[in-house]
Amino acid sequence: MPKTMFDKIWESHEVAPGLIYIDLHLVHEVTSPQAFDGLRLAGRKLRRPDKTLATADHNTPTDGTMAARLIADQLSRVQVETLERNCEEFGIPVYSLGSDRQGIVHVIGPELGVTQPGMTIVCGDSHTSTHGAFGALAFGIGTSEVEHVLAIQCLVQKRPKTMRISYAGELRHGVTPKDLILATIGRLGTGGMTGYAVEYAGPAIAALSMPGRMTICNMTIEGGGRAGMIAPDETTFEWVQGRPAAPADFAAAMARWRELPTEAGASFDAEVEVDAAGISPMVTWGTNPGQVVEVTDTVPDPAEMDSPGDREAAERALAYMGLQAGTPMTEIAPERVFIGSCTNSRIEDLREAAQIVDGRRVAGSVRAMVVPGSQQVKKAAEAEGLDEVFRSAGFEWREAGCSMCLGMNPDTLDEGERCASTSNRNFEGRQGKGGRTHLVSPKMAAAAAVEGHFVDIRDWS
Amino acid sequence: MRPIDVIEGKVSVLDRANVDTDQIIPKQFLKRVERTGFGEFLFYDWIRDGEIELEPNPILVAGANFGCGSSREHAPWALEDFGFQAIVAPSFADIFYSNCTKIGLLPAVLDEEHCKAVAEAGEARIDLDDETVNCAAGVFQFQIEPEVKHRLLNGLDDIGITLENEGAIDQFEAERRASFGPVTTSL
Repeated sequence: MPKTMFDKIWESHEVAPGLIYIDLHLVHEVTSPQAFDGLRLAGRKLRRPDKTLATADHNTPTDGTMAARLIADQLSRVQVETLERNCEEFGIPVYSLGSDRQGIVHVIGPELGVTQPGMTIVCGDSHTSTHGAFGALAFGIGTSEVEHVLAIQCLVQKRPKTMRISYAGELRHGVTPKDLILATIGRLGTGGMTGYAVEYAGPAIAALSMPGRMTICNMTIEGGGRAGMIAPDETTFEWVQGRPAAPADFAAAMARWRELPTEAGASFDAEVEVDAAGISPMVTWGTNPGQVVEVTDTVPDPAEMDSPGDREAAERALAYMGLQAGTPMTEIAPERVFIGSCTNSRIEDLREAAQIVDGRRVAGSVRAMVVPGSQQVKKAAEAEGLDEVFRSAGFEWREAGCSMCLGMNPDTLDEGERCASTSNRNFEGRQGKGGRTHLVSPKMAAAAAVEGHFVDIRDWS
Repeated sequence: MRPIDVIEGKVSVLDRANVDTDQIIPKQFLKRVERTGFGEFLFYDWIRDGEIELEPNPILVAGANFGCGSSREHAPWALEDFGFQAIVAPSFADIFYSNCTKIGLLPAVLDEEHCKAVAEAGEARIDLDDETVNCAAGVFQFQIEPEVKHRLLNGLDDIGITLENEGAIDQFEAERRASFGPVTTSL
């Protein structure tokens, strides 16, 4: 029987029924301390340090603080120092503050080449789905499971159902992978992919670069999906080749990887079709990523919603966001712009944003910042002069980390502040208590910074 | 983990869909390196702002897609530390559901109508072995994976169970080519 890519990876990693072997475990400072404590309490060893890799990203200040001991916030400092100590005790390589390989965990994995097709990858972070862009099975886990993988390199898992989302046609000018995934979640809802491992397919997907594919898989969790996946191809192989962890026998690895894509006639538990050419630049208006419209639309009217639950949720969201139904999205004026996060902080994202702001100025009403996803991205961007483009336009150019995506570090919104953000979650308080987040693509965020309100990037040049 | 048999008592209600883990336990409390003491921060902003009121009853009835978003296990830790022993909802986010089962906080899926009935009844008795929620409005069946149920009923340590398969893991590793996969320690 023809198999899906998911079936092949799952079955080749099943040690016993429902017990999955993990090829790579990524670790960060927030969800790991209690897991290490658990190991110590039970007197257990770490089974495979050589399949484990750690970095500090959630808590790290982006102001140039270059060592854990220098972090001003005491709790953050303890958490990062605890990670460093745990990694040393258990023999795990760690790229913490001060390392030139430090960065957001989902940026540095692919960057180092440790993310490869056909692998199983986990991390105590829901955006682990990012790594599925390489044709890997990658998903977020909780701290108990982090401990489980540290101890035995395996996880007890219920086999998820499979969904394929096929995109026909090509993305139009000005429309980005971020818009594609936001439009998809808008259609399916924030719980629409719950219980599924999702494969994104079709010509619009195959045409994308690896950073674009990562953006899409990254946000799978915002639709509730267990994992997002894209079939590996020449674009994937080119990315991996030459990276520090690329396989020594690359030809042999490629031959294995070519066997991974879903076979013709394989069946999925659910199939969804989306017209990629019909997708527009998207902006969220509410407090979950499914509350999203095209930039040419207006803020929806809760009174026009069918279900009482949706209506009530929309009313609450509008009150929180300080928005009136019927307001054109292009009239919404953010005071803050954040370009960064594991969704959109790779070199390609920064290039796209830089292209928009080059030779222009950030509007007087806006405070804008760019936070590269990793030290390596930062270095590459500086080599190209992107930092100068951003700085001279009035953007802050900062150090690598999760930054304002989740407000666990000094980068946060103030109460009531409105932000155009390239991150992944517009939940209440996510970027700071009372902060109002609008999720957009890097291009849309950059244009909003310049104009002081959202614009349709397609008619803006 | 404490074994679960029957969970009985008053019901607290949070009638909202898509409640995310950022609401359940806001980010500033994730900086703690301990596993305990999160209960006082449960729904910190919502409770402090007077948006919701919650009594620490044994059972919480919640809306669909409960626990979506971040994988933070701090969310179930906070719910359990607050006093909840079971959560009844029309659906749960995947990672949250799994996290609950790891710490002995019972997630029970009932359809929306039955969730409402349990909420209105105000009291319920959940029998894990029978997979039932019993309240004044009736007896409602829920489903749970047999392995998960076995672990919860007996309060078993997941890692301990998996270690019974250690031989199979050793064999799996031995059968794979030594070159398979990246080696993080030699970068």
